[in-house]
Amino acid sequence: MRLLGRSIPRVEDPPLITGRGRFVADITMAGELHMRIVRSPVAHARITHIDVEAALELPGVVAIWTGRDTAEIPPIDFRQEGLTDLYPYRQPILAEREVRYVGEPLAAVFARDPYAAEDAADLVFVDFDELDVVVDPRADPAPFDEDSDTEAALVNVSYGDVEAAFAAAHRRVTVEVSVGRHTGVPMETRGALAVREHHGRIVMYGAAKVPHYNRQAIALMLGLGIDDVVLREGHVGGGFGVRGELYPEDVLVCLAALRLNAPVKWIEDRKEHLVATNHSRDQVHVIEAAVDADGFITAVRDEFWLDQGAYVRSHAATVPNLTAAMLPGPYVIPAYECRGHIRLTNKTPAGTYRAPGRYEGTFARERLLDAVAAELGEDPIVTRRRNLIAHEDMPFARPIRALGTEMEYDSGDYPSILEKTLAYVDDKGLCAELDERRASEEWVGLGFAFFVEKSGLGPYEGARIDVDDDGGIRVVTGAASMGQGVETAIAQVCGDVLDVSVDGIRVVHGQTDEIDYGLGAFASRVTVMTGTATQMAARALLVKAREAAAHLLEADPADIGMVAGNLEVVGAPERRVSLAEVARSLDPSGAKRTGMVPTLSAEAWFTTEHMTYPYGVHAALVRVDEWTGGVEILRYVVAYDIGKAVNPMLVRGQIVGGAAQGLGGALLEEFVYSDDGQPLATSFMDYLLPTVTEMPPVDVLLLEDAPTPLNPMGVKGAGEGGTTAFGAAVAAAIDDALDAPGAVTRLPVSPERLRKVICNIQRSPREKGER
Amino acid sequence: MKHQVTLNINGSEHEIFVEARKTLADAIREECGLTGTHLGCEHGVCGACTVLMDGQPVRSCLMFAVQCNGVPLRTVEGLADGDDLHPVQKAFWEHHGLQCGFCTPGFLMLATSVLEQEPDIDDEALREVLSSNLCRCTGYQNILIAVKAAAEEMRG
Repeated sequence: MRLLGRSIPRVEDPPLITGRGRFVADITMAGELHMRIVRSPVAHARITHIDVEAALELPGVVAIWTGRDTAEIPPIDFRQEGLTDLYPYRQPILAEREVRYVGEPLAAVFARDPYAAEDAADLVFVDFDELDVVVDPRADPAPFDEDSDTEAALVNVSYGDVEAAFAAAHRRVTVEVSVGRHTGVPMETRGALAVREHHGRIVMYGAAKVPHYNRQAIALMLGLGIDDVVLREGHVGGGFGVRGELYPEDVLVCLAALRLNAPVKWIEDRKEHLVATNHSRDQVHVIEAAVDADGFITAVRDEFWLDQGAYVRSHAATVPNLTAAMLPGPYVIPAYECRGHIRLTNKTPAGTYRAPGRYEGTFARERLLDAVAAELGEDPIVTRRRNLIAHEDMPFARPIRALGTEMEYDSGDYPSILEKTLAYVDDKGLCAELDERRASEEWVGLGFAFFVEKSGLGPYEGARIDVDDDGGIRVVTGAASMGQGVETAIAQVCGDVLDVSVDGIRVVHGQTDEIDYGLGAFASRVTVMTGTATQMAARALLVKAREAAAHLLEADPADIGMVAGNLEVVGAPERRVSLAEVARSLDPSGAKRTGMVPTLSAEAWFTTEHMTYPYGVHAALVRVDEWTGGVEILRYVVAYDIGKAVNPMLVRGQIVGGAAQGLGGALLEEFVYSDDGQPLATSFMDYLLPTVTEMPPVDVLLLEDAPTPLNPMGVKGAGEGGTTAFGAAVAAAIDDALDAPGAVTRLPVSPERLRKVICNIQRSPREKGER
Repeated sequence: MKHQVTLNINGSEHEIFVEARKTLADAIREECGLTGTHLGCEHGVCGACTVLMDGQPVRSCLMFAVQCNGVPLRTVEGLADGDDLHPVQKAFWEHHGLQCGFCTPGFLMLATSVLEQEPDIDDEALREVLSSNLCRCTGYQNILIAVKAAAEEMRG
């Protein structure tokens, strides 16, 4: 049964649609304690005194810890090793002397009931000496502590002779653009439940994304052996980059389960989530192009400032590094220089969010391309066509490293996808709708943005496939699932090789005691890495099954094929055995008779040095309300080439869902802070997620023109491309609606900001008949 | 001080003893063990905790258990009839109307309620109703498709 490429319904869904999911908050253990975190109400202050007496007297309260009680626990480390320059900026699990953002954990209350824990937290009184607050990442660096300042690091990426290119430039075009502070905001808040099980092991439920790494990090922080900590991933209510990173609360529940000798549970509330879980984006770019007389961009120079918030968390410099490395995108750009300032401020710390660094970098670069087009007085599509990397130049290497790998665009046909998108947009009626609405004097515009994504980060991933005596198939992986359909995709890959339906395949992920290594789910890597490992393991399993079946059928293994879950002699289907019979023949006694290794199982590891680079184009048709500054996205198109889609329905789901998040960042979502560092978006009343009424119909042009040569299936990751170019495309469309190139310089485009822009234009678009 | 309350959920009675401040959502989850009803924001915006009270969708995070004494409540656990899925559940599965599944119980209850009351609801009104709840994974497109498909099936 060919399963690759088929849009089959998900194997994950039955428990989720019947209320039988097991999210971490759904797990209850006898004798469990509930943790509540006391968080800083001020942005920057010295803690002078913490009074926990009144709180301790409440019935049901078992313990209260402050930073002094956890002083021996090291701060939370970076996943990437060796970044010693950034060590001073790591976050402690509880602040001891100083708090640096509103929401920073400074005490932990443990009680027998969650309501009691919350009551007690309200009775913890803290005295502060307030300190100077930094909210502007572009302000001159201020002291962070005695030895370091608020410029945590400067990221430098460059190649080619930028100076010479700018000196020889026919024209120079500069724009200053920024992307606001927003983030993943999964519908399930974070949570963790730690319990000490037999043999003294600490088991933590509520893991996600990178369970194996976190197991090791928790063990190290608590002075335990790696095998003393087990992480378990249950159902996970969305990840998007933020969930599953190691946060103070994860470490605190494990420590508490050890010290208090009881199961300890922590479930974040939404208000906490918006100040405690990683923020993201928030970059200002000043970006400049050198353009020759033919309109070819000979160099790009970019300087950006990233508002990192109060600490450098587990991602370290991943976001700024990716921003710098991926910024040149699909264009040739023979010379490039990028300087990125990682600036500490007194805000919630930032990390990755779907398309990290690319959403921001794509916005900056595509705004620059639009500005170049305006400078040259030509259609922005023409400017792009001229500067795209040609198909014959693939694979295309840039002398840049991204996430520790040499950057080489593995495959692609950029000019072709641009033309296909233009035809598709026309075919879907966007151009006609634009003309019609313009004819009735609506302020409408059509905008495009190109993007290159990266996916399938190595260096390794594995899979082990076991077949039970009754023929049940179990694929054990080191992957993680945040709800994206991992179980279905992996089952499809396995079932495709073994010619069995996905219903008979159970996919295990996120269980650190089931497999020794696993790097988890981020960077659109699971289908590429775990999928490939699964295919390899399934093929190895098939070889073994054929050999064992050959003994049972007294035939040559080469003559045996797998058909609909049975092994049969090719050309003589009456001579066949089921997979279950083959598995039973490999029990230890049976295997001894045939001289084979017991159990019908196989394991494989896929390693790679390079990432794969999917790519695509976004197109937006928008209407601007002249009087309110409101923007309505009428239609949206995402064209995306991912090499090969394992399950096109799931891929489209990823793209449309990603687009909704791109829309949020483009129009609605922003963590606004007051000058004294108070967060002003701490509920869903003021942090606005898109609802169904803001979402336009999204048409997806899913292409498989450029399979990657880096894995046998040719797959590239599909998780992020729906988000990447959204802000850039919407900005271009708004410019077009206003007939004012360069009007949008900042995301989100709030009605307030856009109304100001409209007032400055002081005329209706096209009123003088320019177009 | 705790109060004796009888919650009638999906036709079963649960005698519980709770403080007046115990939310309906917490009571359903913690006292009655029905964890299919999820809490996404606890301030009445996201709708993950939507349950039906006398057939009307309510945010169970904004209700107290003591307000619901004896009132018929329906949660996601009561949608299917044994192994037979409700048309709305079937449609969400078939049309990929969920990814992480956390918001799904709320959407299923909201959709069930609206389709029971307005089987012929038009697209625009349906969008308006579904905008009551938040989903962060799907971009809503397949949720809309699923609810429309369920509407068709329920109309027969």
